[in-house]
Amino acid sequence: MLKRGQPPSAVPPSKARQVVRLTGSKHLKSLATPYNRAHHRFAVFVACATFVLIIAGALVTSNDAGLSIPDWPTSFGSFSVPPLRGGIKFEWSHRAIAGSIVLLTISIAAWTWFADRRRWMKWLGIAALATVITQAILGGLTVLLFQPPWVSSAHAAVAQTFFCIAVAIAMFTGRRWVEEVPQIEFDNRRPSLITLTWLSIFVLYVQLILGAMFRHHGMSWWPHVANAAIVTFVLTWTAIRALSRFSKIEAVRRPAIILALLLVVQLCLGFAAFLTRIAWGRDAVQPEFPMVISTVSHVAVGALLLATAVILAIQVWRHIPVSFEEHATSRSRKPAAA
Amino acid sequence: MNKKTSVAMFGLLCLLGLWLLVGCSKKEETNEAPASAPASTAAPAPAATPIDPSTVASVSGTVKFDGAAPKASKIDMSQDAACKGTNTAETVVVDGGDVANVFVYVKDGLGDRTFAVPTQAVTIDQQGCKYHPHVLGVMTGQNIEIKNDDQTTHNIHPTPQANREWNESQPPAAAPLEKSFAREEIMLPVKCNQHPWMRMYINVVKSPFYAVTGPDGKYEIKGLPPGDYTIAFVQEKLGEQDQKVTLAAKDSKTVDQTFKAQ
Repeated sequence: MLKRGQPPSAVPPSKARQVVRLTGSKHLKSLATPYNRAHHRFAVFVACATFVLIIAGALVTSNDAGLSIPDWPTSFGSFSVPPLRGGIKFEWSHRAIAGSIVLLTISIAAWTWFADRRRWMKWLGIAALATVITQAILGGLTVLLFQPPWVSSAHAAVAQTFFCIAVAIAMFTGRRWVEEVPQIEFDNRRPSLITLTWLSIFVLYVQLILGAMFRHHGMSWWPHVANAAIVTFVLTWTAIRALSRFSKIEAVRRPAIILALLLVVQLCLGFAAFLTRIAWGRDAVQPEFPMVISTVSHVAVGALLLATAVILAIQVWRHIPVSFEEHATSRSRKPAAA
Repeated sequence: MNKKTSVAMFGLLCLLGLWLLVGCSKKEETNEAPASAPASTAAPAPAATPIDPSTVASVSGTVKFDGAAPKASKIDMSQDAACKGTNTAETVVVDGGDVANVFVYVKDGLGDRTFAVPTQAVTIDQQGCKYHPHVLGVMTGQNIEIKNDDQTTHNIHPTPQANREWNESQPPAAAPLEKSFAREEIMLPVKCNQHPWMRMYINVVKSPFYAVTGPDGKYEIKGLPPGDYTIAFVQEKLGEQDQKVTLAAKDSKTVDQTFKAQ
């Protein structure tokens, strides 16, 4: 039986890129949890609701409405709905959706803890809960400390981290992940595809922080624009590597294609946001609709891009283990060592 | 989680930690009294340096704009039905070449003189979802009374560099807010996050020698003791321009200033 992490000496070098199907693996099946359709659908709903929350948060920032309600966690000293006028409608809607997400996250964490047999999934649910609580605290600090750039940027970064966790939970509870026998192909190129996907996540995260710092007046725009070139290079490299060498694996091919498409869309939206906010909107007396729509879309697609990179990294980790042939010691190459 | 993944996660966490640490270390240390403290509760001001009223001089003039005046931007107030005011921005107000809302003050030349803080408060009125006046001058520690004459809630949010930041909401017909600023600060922005077009500037100075140009671009500063002064003209968008002037006893000099189109 071939398992993840097995020394590569078990695989003949001539078959390093041969597709290996694991069938009839009792060991793998015993680790798995039965597919729970309701659980999975609820996880998908939580992920979608989180995406809506990210859009609501971006609307608050783009409309400069972050401090339209000066107190937190209450709104004008009460938990009732205030008159939804001006910037209040953006800020209060954001708070209301965020409150709902906290409840949804508690539910999905509890459901996962009791229904999912996988220990790491139980802890992933707890991690989601911890992240959303951290996010709520950062949201409160943003209001109470008058939006210091580093707190507001941390709020933006943790929001997308939570979105990635929610998307990952949705994927891990899906039928495809739970029931499908992984199709495995070894990666013998350097840098490996898994390294490239990690690098993609890293540069996207840096880009997210730079963009958030600019949006929250903590930094100029040019570091974000300069890093966009690096992001484009790394993501293009990753997508090309995935599609040129591992396109047979659907679980890798699909996120790689989506990553490439989203990158193109994001670059266009970034250009539009640059024009409407920096080139044309520098002296605007209030947030103008083209600026709001372009910047909010840029944030939303940025979140999708990061989540797609995370999905790709997970699928690559699952389907394309790195071949360590050249690093293996002579002892480990002996069949007995396997 | 394999070793590589653990190392990558640890590296990412370290990066985030470092970033937060840098962010924390940049926080400004301020030791000033609370901005909301009324003048009556503040520490007693030093005695004012006496000025001989028989020698005082004055300076006056007009602030002009050279070139094509920028077109006033339109404001869209549709997001709040209760907002019904003039819908043009006051970023640069030029009428017949005269520039309004320029803050003119004695920037230098007063030495170590101290001045009595007026007991009378200055008023900011929120009307038609705009601040009135758009540019205000006030002495350090002087009370500012903030009223809301609109049928909607506003929030008053100064974003100072040298003073303490605060953000308070004011519903319709609420009692006026009383505030003051402890430190000198020129063109301190005040905004309403509920109505993002609402913006005004408060200028906090230590002397009473300041003025704001009216719609005719004119200003006048009276009661100056004889001396050599630097007069600063500050406009929110056009920036600052300075002029030096020497005033003899009982002088009345005219100091005009022209801002050029950018």
